[in-house]
Amino acid sequence: MITTDILIIGAGPTGLFTVFEAGLLKLKCHLIDALPQPGGQLTELYPKKPIFDIPGFPAINAGALVDNLMEQIKQFQPGFTLGETAQTLTKLEDGTFEVITNKGTVHHAKAVAIAGGLGTFEPRKPVLDNLSAYEENGVEYFIKEPEHLRNKKVVIAGGGDSALDWSIFLADIASEVTLIHRRNEFRGALDSVEKVQALKDQGKIHMMTPAEVRGLKGDGKLSAITIEKEGEIFDLETDYFIPLFGLTPKLGDIANWGLEIEKNAIVVNNALDYQTNIPGVYAIGDVNTYPGKLKLILCGFHEATLMCQSVYNMLNPGKKFVLKYTTVSGIDGFDGSRKEAEKAVVMKID
Amino acid sequence: MQDITLKITDRNGDLHEVVAPTDMSMNLMEVIRSYELAEEGTIGVCGGMAMCASCQVYVVEGSDKLTEMGAEEDAMLSEAFYVQENSRLGCQIHITEDIDGLEVAIAPYP
Repeated sequence: MITTDILIIGAGPTGLFTVFEAGLLKLKCHLIDALPQPGGQLTELYPKKPIFDIPGFPAINAGALVDNLMEQIKQFQPGFTLGETAQTLTKLEDGTFEVITNKGTVHHAKAVAIAGGLGTFEPRKPVLDNLSAYEENGVEYFIKEPEHLRNKKVVIAGGGDSALDWSIFLADIASEVTLIHRRNEFRGALDSVEKVQALKDQGKIHMMTPAEVRGLKGDGKLSAITIEKEGEIFDLETDYFIPLFGLTPKLGDIANWGLEIEKNAIVVNNALDYQTNIPGVYAIGDVNTYPGKLKLILCGFHEATLMCQSVYNMLNPGKKFVLKYTTVSGIDGFDGSRKEAEKAVVMKID
Repeated sequence: MQDITLKITDRNGDLHEVVAPTDMSMNLMEVIRSYELAEEGTIGVCGGMAMCASCQVYVVEGSDKLTEMGAEEDAMLSEAFYVQENSRLGCQIHITEDIDGLEVAIAPYP
């Protein structure tokens, strides 16, 4: 079981910065995220896009901002549960919380901060009649263990980086890789496009463009897909069909936790501390809503800061807290490190 | 600069005639959001970067008023669902006087 002071659900910029503000108050944090890496939307959707409204940075790429945040919070040694989604939230008799993920990982915390952004990123699924019948029976949206595709026939659909990258990767593992895309053009890194072209020329990847998957066939287990290519419809034998059409956010299980939800966002008391209708559970960043809400990273940072003060006061009732400035008091990391401003030299000049 | 009129059919099939300002650097996705013609969380998910297609619309009338599709929009639509010949991304349609009278229908949310 993982035990922490603040359990943060969502490792986007707001969740990451929460670790820093909590650390200043000597509160430990652990983060859960459905994605396999921290960064949320910034890493998943637009790592190379510039952001222009982060104070102090005239322009910073989303990926670089995540790197900076990770560096900033390193000294506070946050824990991460990545690639898992928070499924259940239970308030225990002593007022603490238990959160269990879809993979059964148990987390115990004194407070919960939901920083889920737009929600859990789920694969965008193609519109096919019997798709759900074949999910986990030949249809996969994430390639978790490439080894189980060894010597199998694999069809990948999509026109972006994921489709290209996995086609390249599986070319040496699968017995047959077919890449299907609606267009002849692919939207991906030039390097990836060139690699796929080379593998196609070597006969290691079969390309089918412009074409679309129209149906799935099999007897409990996928055995073929129906393809439409330039007006012609035919079947192609395959062991696996992997549609890679990007991800779409859904609020997911959080919506079933008894929180007050309004327009796909969690209602909080912004006048105070971004607490939800469940005392001890907070919602910060893009996932929350209140009068005047702005879905901006810098607002998420502000909300995280106020929320941490509230958690501190909740955990230390009656204890007087004096706001400290990092320039004055420095930072003591949980790893034993200390950062502080250089002392001024005071000398007499004769 | 003046306001323009747009006709937008929502996902329930209801037609709305709305007024949009041309002096606020808005795009069609933002107009749809500001008039709450699609449920929050199902429109403009990526914020307007042509990366999600949640703001896909079908141009019913006035396609000649629109600027040509850019490479990013074209690429996103190549991977989106429910795409038709007259599909465009609302976030890539900027509100200018040129598109006064444009009529669109919001595509289903994928």
